[in-house]
Amino acid sequence: MLVNQFLMLGAVLFCIGVYGVIARRNAVLVLMSIELILNSVNINLLAFALRNGSADGHTFALYVIAVAAAEVGVGLAMVLLVYRNRKSIALDDLAEMKG
Amino acid sequence: MLAADVLVAQNIGFGVIAVIMVVGALRVVTTSNIVHAALWLVTVLAGAAAQYVLLAAEFVAVTQVLVYIGAVMVLFLFGTMLTRARIGAEKDVNNKNWFMGVPIAVLLLATMLLALNDGFGDEKLPADPDTLVNTQMISDQIFGPYLLPFWALSFVLLAAVIGAIVLARRD
Repeated sequence: MLVNQFLMLGAVLFCIGVYGVIARRNAVLVLMSIELILNSVNINLLAFALRNGSADGHTFALYVIAVAAAEVGVGLAMVLLVYRNRKSIALDDLAEMKG
Repeated sequence: MLAADVLVAQNIGFGVIAVIMVVGALRVVTTSNIVHAALWLVTVLAGAAAQYVLLAAEFVAVTQVLVYIGAVMVLFLFGTMLTRARIGAEKDVNNKNWFMGVPIAVLLLATMLLALNDGFGDEKLPADPDTLVNTQMISDQIFGPYLLPFWALSFVLLAAVIGAIVLARRD
């Protein structure tokens, strides 16, 4: 197996996630796109861990998974709060801070 | 690269799983049904777990299945159900100028693929079983040199739990 095949898979998933973050209007779908980005990072970390024969990549992949779980929990709580106040989770409706 | 080098079981497995993951990821960002997007995301996450096994990271693969496919997916489906009255396709899941994402993503992808091709080329992953990382080494890392980040992460999780409860409760 080449190093590059895993890194390129990570790059493709990362770019699909970036497209999702830009294109989506629904807050839950934006959170899902962020999950795609975090997963592509994990693939890269583990590919480099195998390449260098070190356990650091595994450790940080586990930390990334834990941070992603915390992020989804807080993010969905915020989405729920926005929905309760406005009956909508469209992100471009949240424009009060625009000058 | 020779055809005999490409057609080994690991590479075929990688290719099949990678195609499934990319198709699933594209469906996540294009479908207009949020529940379908969540289920396609399960496909991508399961494929990622399979790739971790190919990368000899079995502990991370099991954690991925437990945390992502188990807990995070349930959270997503709860969030979907609590913020929408009906299950089905929606009209306005994309921004008005969603097409601006296509050139940005394509440019980013082209840059990254060029850089990766330039930097790593045909470099192979080591196949020597003696150098593989096992779970004992991971725990030695977490409870040794990376103990401080582990504590910080514990506080992040605690703050996230308390914050989620404070944000989501009704007063």
